[in-house]
Amino acid sequence: MSELKKEDFLLFLDHVTMQFGGLVAVDDFHNGVKPGELLGLIGPNGAGKTTVFNVITGIYTPTKGRVYFAGMDITGLRPHIITHLGIARTFQNIRLFHNMTVLENVLVSQHHALTNSDADRILKKHGMPVKRTGRFWFWKAILKSPGYINLEKHMVKEAEELLEKVGLLDVKNEKASALPYGMQRKLEIARALATEPKLILLDEPAAGMNPQETEELMEFIVRIRDEFKVTVLLIEHDMKVVMGICERIIVLDYGKIISEGTAAEVSSDPKVIEAYLGEWENVS
Amino acid sequence: MPMEKRLSTKTKIYLTIGLIIVGALLLWGSNYWLESYGQRILKLIAVYGVLAVSYTFVNGITGMFSLGHAGFVAVGAYVSALLTMSPMEKEMSFILEPLIWPLNSIQTDFLTATIAGGIAAAIFAFAIGYPSLRLTGDYLAIVTLGFSEIIRLIALNAQNITNGALGLKGLTEYTNIWWAWGWLLITVVVIASLTYSSYGRALKAIRDDDIAAEAMGINVFKHRLLAFVVSGFFAGIGGSLYAHLLTTIDPRPTTIGVFLTFYLLIMIVLGGLGSITGALIGAALFAILSEWLRIFESNITIGSITIKGIPGMRMVIFSTLFVVTMLVWRRGIMGMEEITWDKLYNWLLRFRKKGQTAEPEPKRGDVDE
Repeated sequence: MSELKKEDFLLFLDHVTMQFGGLVAVDDFHNGVKPGELLGLIGPNGAGKTTVFNVITGIYTPTKGRVYFAGMDITGLRPHIITHLGIARTFQNIRLFHNMTVLENVLVSQHHALTNSDADRILKKHGMPVKRTGRFWFWKAILKSPGYINLEKHMVKEAEELLEKVGLLDVKNEKASALPYGMQRKLEIARALATEPKLILLDEPAAGMNPQETEELMEFIVRIRDEFKVTVLLIEHDMKVVMGICERIIVLDYGKIISEGTAAEVSSDPKVIEAYLGEWENVS
Repeated sequence: MPMEKRLSTKTKIYLTIGLIIVGALLLWGSNYWLESYGQRILKLIAVYGVLAVSYTFVNGITGMFSLGHAGFVAVGAYVSALLTMSPMEKEMSFILEPLIWPLNSIQTDFLTATIAGGIAAAIFAFAIGYPSLRLTGDYLAIVTLGFSEIIRLIALNAQNITNGALGLKGLTEYTNIWWAWGWLLITVVVIASLTYSSYGRALKAIRDDDIAAEAMGINVFKHRLLAFVVSGFFAGIGGSLYAHLLTTIDPRPTTIGVFLTFYLLIMIVLGGLGSITGALIGAALFAILSEWLRIFESNITIGSITIKGIPGMRMVIFSTLFVVTMLVWRRGIMGMEEITWDKLYNWLLRFRKKGQTAEPEPKRGDVDE
């Protein structure tokens, strides 16, 4: 493998290792996501894919190595700060705010811009624009000042525009828990997009879907990537799913990167076939 | 799905102002219509309302299981009581040990004392919340319960501040209808305004799924603490009103201890956890029933038979009613819903349609337009 430069990447994991006691869940991960690409992270169950996500989003602090995002060192920052800096995620098992409406679910994702002064300080230090100016939003929210009412209107407008783009505007006043499964997946992606991310991490978005639904969802992901100009990192354990849409694929097995390249390159790599496809072929 | 009709914001504001004026007129009228006993219940409803709404903000809306509300009520009650008593009264009540300076020489009006009580309770809420809000669920419940007991035990033992077990007696009954209902109005307006803002949505998101809320950029700890402090402030306000309604405050568990927390818990669960109107309904029911059920404790005469009253019977009946209510409405009377103008309006429309469409009988689906 040729030498990787972190400047070429939007997100770069520099020799990241994550250890839980004796178990090495992620072993010396040295790769990243390039700006604008749709990268697939695949591997059999238990390969450490979700752990990689949790390291990126700040749920875990890596045992070794650093995580860089858009020129900032984000290693060890708290999850809400990382979200504010521009990384949003979805969850493998859908985690919507079930007692809230579809619209409210999206509105929640806009709240962080009001309160994250710690994260804004990091953005300022790196010369990046802060998301929303103004102070004392808490008091303005209680007193319903004109500034706050305008903000609220603006937030609802943005949220409705977003829902229209993903095709959920008709159900905006439904409870999130009342939506069918496929729509809940879409709403989770919409909710992540509402945080205005540069990078969006999707953790097995096709889990529990039939092949036709999966195909629709993959088209949807490509569409939002183009429409919202976000970079996408996608986890999937079913290799067939990502073959069609990902420009680059990283294969993980037992916490190690065993292969990297285009779909064609990866699927013809003997190491991948041995670790993954071989076993898979035998089953089917 | 039928489209719900919505009223304009302007109409809703007018309706709300109208409701407040009608309510104020009724309260003014109650001075003439009700005897002092009835007025007392009316005041009790408002004080319980303040406490229940502030409690449901933490337990229902933010979804933290706190059992420490009575602690904040106690702080508010003691602080305000110490501020409204005159230096003479203080000298007469503190017979075992004199009250420390400067508390022994200051006296303020009721409004200042109430706000001071609220601020003191908010400071306590911050101090307790900061270490304990990293916990969730049952663990948080135990820790907050412990903290409220600590506050009560301090009140019991800090003889030269709280007068120990003797308590503070002979407070002036400042809590009249206007103070009680005025503070209830402020509490409901502030809590509702906060709940229906971006902050309220963040708190509800934390209630539904704190991991997802954190992933959406919400500082979960900070927001939990914020809710706790706001709730503590209004608990302190309620404590001040409570003390000046009872005119006596002492550190027994039944006055400001764990029993008060449980009563409040009954109110908010009965009304519907997470609903402000539900908390108000729960508070009103609790205040009315716990007084009205007293008739079962006195002798009842039906014809020639006299049933002897049993002391404590009202709580047995109350508990039975509570259990039955919870079996019928498993999420409380209101659930997580609120009574809003929109809902009342739609309900009224449906009610009217039913009456109008009795003869022509349009097809189903048309009715829902």
